[in-house]
Amino acid sequence: MREQLPALIVVVPLLASLVAPLVAYFSTALVRLVAIAAILVANISAIGSLTHALTKGNWHYHFGDWAPPWGIELVIDPLAGAIAVLISFVSLVVVIYAGPYLKEDGWLKKGIFYSLFALLTTGLLGMVVTGDVFNLYVFLEISSLAGYALIASGGNKAVVAAFRYLLIGTIGASFYLLGIGYLYAVTGTLNMVDLAEKLPLLMDSPAVIIAIVMLVVGLGTKMALFPLHGWQPDAYTYSHPAAAAFIAGVMGKVPAYAAIRFFFFIMGAATGPVYKALQIMGWLAAAGIIIGSLMAIAQKDFRRMLAYSSVAQIGYVVVGLAIGNSLALIGAVLHIINHAIMKSCLFLVAGGIQWRTGNVSVEKFAELNKKMPLTMGALVIAALSMVGLPPTAGFFSKWYLVLGAIEADMWFYVVVIIISSLLNAVYFFRVIENIYMKKASEEAKDKDKDKGKGMFELPLQMLVPIVVLGLGILVLGILNEPIVSQVIQFVIPGGGQ
Amino acid sequence: MDSFITGSLIYWLVAALFLLGVYGILANNNLMKKLMAMNIMQVAVIVFFLILGQKLGGTLPILMGSDTTVDHYINPLPHALMLTAIVVSLSTTGVALALLMRIQERYGEIEEDDILRRMNE
Repeated sequence: MREQLPALIVVVPLLASLVAPLVAYFSTALVRLVAIAAILVANISAIGSLTHALTKGNWHYHFGDWAPPWGIELVIDPLAGAIAVLISFVSLVVVIYAGPYLKEDGWLKKGIFYSLFALLTTGLLGMVVTGDVFNLYVFLEISSLAGYALIASGGNKAVVAAFRYLLIGTIGASFYLLGIGYLYAVTGTLNMVDLAEKLPLLMDSPAVIIAIVMLVVGLGTKMALFPLHGWQPDAYTYSHPAAAAFIAGVMGKVPAYAAIRFFFFIMGAATGPVYKALQIMGWLAAAGIIIGSLMAIAQKDFRRMLAYSSVAQIGYVVVGLAIGNSLALIGAVLHIINHAIMKSCLFLVAGGIQWRTGNVSVEKFAELNKKMPLTMGALVIAALSMVGLPPTAGFFSKWYLVLGAIEADMWFYVVVIIISSLLNAVYFFRVIENIYMKKASEEAKDKDKDKGKGMFELPLQMLVPIVVLGLGILVLGILNEPIVSQVIQFVIPGGGQ
Repeated sequence: MDSFITGSLIYWLVAALFLLGVYGILANNNLMKKLMAMNIMQVAVIVFFLILGQKLGGTLPILMGSDTTVDHYINPLPHALMLTAIVVSLSTTGVALALLMRIQERYGEIEEDDILRRMNE
């Protein structure tokens, strides 16, 4: 069994997704357990594979024993392993959280929700562990299709948001497909390792330059890089509240991972065209950081504020790629991990507030700390981490980015990161002020609207995930040094050698 | 001129088809027409890959007798890839049609500007 671990990461959630509606027909309690168990298996397999990659070197798993480049292989290197652990962990936390939200739904809705959720997890994990660029496209579409359906199940507005995301997402995926088409045309291979060997000699070919442009547009659309982020605020705001945390926290990060994979592992960013493309992406990302933060300040809806803040936060990752030295790359990967945890935590809190009081507007959050002290504590930790105050996790990824920018003499990015931290402080402290300082109006005290009347906090299934992620932010921050020296420094190309 | 027609013309046609699809998605107001434009765009990508596999004078990639000259067979890999891409395109269209039915049910129309106006009310 042990030598099959990389395959289990993808296969187990996929099987769970297939059987979920059937299981739900017989028992709605069982389907929940099946989904949780499958994602737990994926998480354990991911941790096992990561450990293997760290101790014994990259793990190449050949599907059906077909040797690459003819067969498809899964490759677990420290980067893929770390991101796979992150995805499966967030997925596990969110699937546990989803329980109370679905309580009143029938078997079909429950079955389909868990089926789609497992499918989304499959797609995202597959994108990370695969060693084949076309396979990555297929997993990208699997995760997107599941994502469209999960977003659409959030209500009337969500359907329109999902449809628009579907159109734009398909344009992005088509650009990606064209990009790998060009790469295939010049190299005759789709295997990542093979491509990495053949591409360096061809970097000046116009076909490769076109491929780079297509990949930037395709992956940029999928990760909501400014100005390709138009689909993102609506999709994150209106998506199914039980799945929003996973969608908002992780879905945008995986294309960013794919960008690191392409530009640093397959193509080698030191060479001409990739370097230039990354500089352009860096400028766009810097604009996105500022504009995303400003838009977030203007929002009243808590979820929409978080969605715009995601536009800014993905910018940090891309800025890290644009700077391109090892400190900045460590910062970028660290920020993918930290931001996934922070944003998931914040969306879980937003969903919890919505479940308990029905409010999504920041102005109506007054005195929530009396009803939900632990949830609000997690919110404060996550907010401080988004602003970047030590010892929370968010401080350290920004710290590495700033160090990298200084080392590369790119002071412009240092200024952008600092300004954006101040802007983050503006909108997150406004939320905290609304919760702790303001007096609740009479209308808000109306107990009839309170779903958990007289009850402490949220149901345990929702509270535990929130607290776990809130503590996770602190743990990632405090244990930052060992995490970087044991794991993250090995994820960058040629790292740790 | 002949070399243009036999050589790169087809790529220009595919590029035109692709851009036509993207333009259709951006410019149309009717969501159904947007979806059709999306399909046109996906077909352009599929045709692009099929051209990559084509060879002048090549035949089906099935071993014919003892002829093992690679140049006599077309490249089957892009076709195999595009079978997958067609399935993806089909399922995307399916999901999109299902969403369109929901939109029609809940808003009574599929004109984007009207729907957006009503969403923001």
